[in-house]
Amino acid sequence: MSTSHIRIEGLRKTFPAPRGGTAVTVFDQVWFGIEKGEFVCLIGHSGCGKTTVLNILAGLDESSGGGVIVNGKEITGPSLDRAVIFQHHALLPWLSVLGNIAFAVRSRHPGWDKAKVRAHCQKYIDLVHLSGAELKKPSQLSGGMKQRVGIARALAIEPDILLMDEPFSALDALTRGSLQDELVSICTATQQTSFMITHDIDEAILLADKIVLMSNGPEARVCEIVENTLPKGRTRKDMHRHPHYYPMRNHLLEFLVNRANSFKTELSDPGYDPMHPPVTRPGVGQPAARPVTTGEPLLDAMTAGR
Amino acid sequence: MPLSLGLRAGLLSVVLFIAFIALWHAAVSGTGKVADIDPEYAKLMGASAVTGASAMPGPGDIGVKLWEHLTNPFYDNGPNDKGIGIQLGYSILRVLLGFGLAVVTAIPLGFLIGMSPLFYKALDPYIQILKPISPLAWMPLALYTIKDSNASAIFVIYICSVWPMLLNTAFGVASVRKEWLNVARTLEVGQMRTALSVILPAAAPTIMTGVRISIGIAWLVIVAAEMLVGGTGIGYFVWNEWNNLSITNVIIAILSIGVIGMLLDQALGWLARIVAYQE
Repeated sequence: MSTSHIRIEGLRKTFPAPRGGTAVTVFDQVWFGIEKGEFVCLIGHSGCGKTTVLNILAGLDESSGGGVIVNGKEITGPSLDRAVIFQHHALLPWLSVLGNIAFAVRSRHPGWDKAKVRAHCQKYIDLVHLSGAELKKPSQLSGGMKQRVGIARALAIEPDILLMDEPFSALDALTRGSLQDELVSICTATQQTSFMITHDIDEAILLADKIVLMSNGPEARVCEIVENTLPKGRTRKDMHRHPHYYPMRNHLLEFLVNRANSFKTELSDPGYDPMHPPVTRPGVGQPAARPVTTGEPLLDAMTAGR
Repeated sequence: MPLSLGLRAGLLSVVLFIAFIALWHAAVSGTGKVADIDPEYAKLMGASAVTGASAMPGPGDIGVKLWEHLTNPFYDNGPNDKGIGIQLGYSILRVLLGFGLAVVTAIPLGFLIGMSPLFYKALDPYIQILKPISPLAWMPLALYTIKDSNASAIFVIYICSVWPMLLNTAFGVASVRKEWLNVARTLEVGQMRTALSVILPAAAPTIMTGVRISIGIAWLVIVAAEMLVGGTGIGYFVWNEWNNLSITNVIIAILSIGVIGMLLDQALGWLARIVAYQE
């Protein structure tokens, strides 16, 4: 843990009481690490402070206790090394696609001349398949295309870590799927360290190497860290055929539906140490689910694995 | 094929114009001899009493006079007889001076107020009190302190155009979307660059709304201010022609005030469209 590239150590957020009431501690004693090149997803119900954790990581919000350590140094504010992909894309509407990305690139490389900035932007516009839309304004783009610009803008500054706050939650299922596929291929190709907040279980299984589960607030904690037992190179098309898929999915679903709320009782277990939340590997060491053959009803395969 | 909306609207405008002119003409033209009056007495009474014609000029009179003004707008026969072009020029110059001064003070100041919640709150009561004051109420104070009627008129224009711009700038700057500012923060963009390349373009449409309101008020006020201070300007022209009992010239002045006001607003409207953005 202490060797992780990014360490979240004992993070706490307390919001001051409105008009004399009691102050609310949204989460407390949040500990986990992110390794270099790793893709980490944080899952939890709304209200558990997921977004606040990400904003503190981004340097946009301040913690009430604990801290975030990147490369052995505690962070004190926003940094170009930690790029954020915002939930609602947050593109500047008066700038074109190119202008939005160039705004980021010029912040990273103030000394670059126009041609160099342009070429660098183009590389990332091509990467997210927006070639031809360079001069369009955000209002002329679809929701999916806007978020692609957001992704290109974040990647163009070549950050140490990519922070994403439910970046696809506002998109329709089809668009979300294709963007997830692209994000997988980009992150695998560049070994981009990434941290994403989501409440979409399939998204987490597809993208994450490690899934951090947070219990419900107030006083939310990291309940468990789930290692993704599905092999790298999984795709949306075939991952549900892997024998570990359903144990994985059921484990996460079970957490969100039941345990996230009842976790308070598990917390009082003397074996629980918030500094070292239990690590689980669903599907490993359990009777393996039979791989699903094409055409077979999925439910049979699901129950067969139990 | 049905005509386009623009063409139909244009046609309707022309029809309305012709109807208006016709009605106007009918309303002011004489009904003929109304009574047998002694010619000497009739001379004293004027045309309105004798033939039923109105003292109000008809569209023909206005047209003739307007043509005279348009063909020779810049003549200068002394203080009481200057071309309408010169008078309008004086007014526009005063408005642009006062308004320009207001722009260069209100926008930077509004920017600072909008950036600081403390100043926003602290200055709000003063602005709320100063804003509704009729600009002309400042006139005696201006004349007493500045001791120059021309500069006082410019001051009055300044004081009336400053508030809408100040308030709109402060409001626009204060309500820039937080996520845009967060984008700048995560990109480690400096304060100056954030102000110029994020806050200014984000607030520009709101600022422009204030600027347009201001120029409208300034143009309204200049007429009244010039009636008071006198000497030159379209406001003075209106009052002078009233004293000369030249209703024709008064109507022409009214028309030209409207036209210039429209042009000023359209020029700023064009600027507003440049800075507008669609979310």
